[in-house]
Amino acid sequence: MEGDIVQMGAYIGAGLACMGMGGAAVGVGNVAGNFLSGALRNPSAAAGQTATLFIGIAFAEALGIFSFLVALLLMFAV
Amino acid sequence: MAAEEQGAGLTFHPMDQFNVTPLFGGDELNFYTVSNAALWMALAVLAATLLFVMGTRGRAIIPTRIQSIAELAYGFVHKMVEDVAGADALKFFPYIFTLFLFIVFSNFLGLLPMAFTPTSHIAVTAVLAMAVFLTVTIVGFVKHGVGFLGLFWVSSAPLALRPILALIEVISYFVRPVSHSIRLAGNMMAGHAVIKVFAAFAPLILISGIGIAVTPLSIIAITAMYGLEILVAFIQAYVFTILTCVYLKDALHPAH
Repeated sequence: MEGDIVQMGAYIGAGLACMGMGGAAVGVGNVAGNFLSGALRNPSAAAGQTATLFIGIAFAEALGIFSFLVALLLMFAV
Repeated sequence: MAAEEQGAGLTFHPMDQFNVTPLFGGDELNFYTVSNAALWMALAVLAATLLFVMGTRGRAIIPTRIQSIAELAYGFVHKMVEDVAGADALKFFPYIFTLFLFIVFSNFLGLLPMAFTPTSHIAVTAVLAMAVFLTVTIVGFVKHGVGFLGLFWVSSAPLALRPILALIEVISYFVRPVSHSIRLAGNMMAGHAVIKVFAAFAPLILISGIGIAVTPLSIIAITAMYGLEILVAFIQAYVFTILTCVYLKDALHPAH
């Protein structure tokens, strides 16, 4: 048995941080799905809104990236 | 970490690719050391410069291929700045275009095998994001003076709610450079790490029996991830640039 309980906790925490991925997936899917349903109703207005789509996706995705960052910090910095 | 304990299979660590090492011997890193990070950043600058020097040399009516690419990139960012931040933001177009080119070339050159991706380091992206943050804040105060603080004072909300909203707005304003930089670095780092994790499974066929099933799967997975990474490399450059435009719009037109 090597390592200690702190390291075990860090690894478990890093694994738990992966749950944040699910939240990011829900968020990004929500943004893209709503964009698509809006775009199919009014296709002529869709082209002008792709920038907004990407901004929305970026904001939703950033929070998923934060959970990745927490996992990295637990693995390598703590 | 886990790689050494497992023994078989992972012979390198997936995060090794992000090590900054001096190119010409020695171990210590000083601010003047030529490291692999410096090399690939210089290559990105060189590539962007070459594209535009070569692309604008002919200036033909019927463009050559390289001139088409240069015109396409220029027009793409120009339209983005105009659409998102407004026509008076075009003064900042050279800065935003430079940011875009540096990030897009760093991302794409980092996808070459054995390459180093400067934008996967928070140190690099944090400098880019802090520069944007400081520029935007200074521009806001220079253009509007104290009126720039109106950005935090939501005048359309009920009066009782405004202090709370102001607090939230201030926090979200100062988190901007953090999320701006971590988004880019995190995306690049995560994608490259995933590719290397799958790459570590590929040589399993040489070691153990299950490799016959795992190796083709991992090679397919690397190919698919690589395709996705090409998309992500462009989209993240695009997102970084468009968020810069959004922040600039807030500075130029802070009315809520």
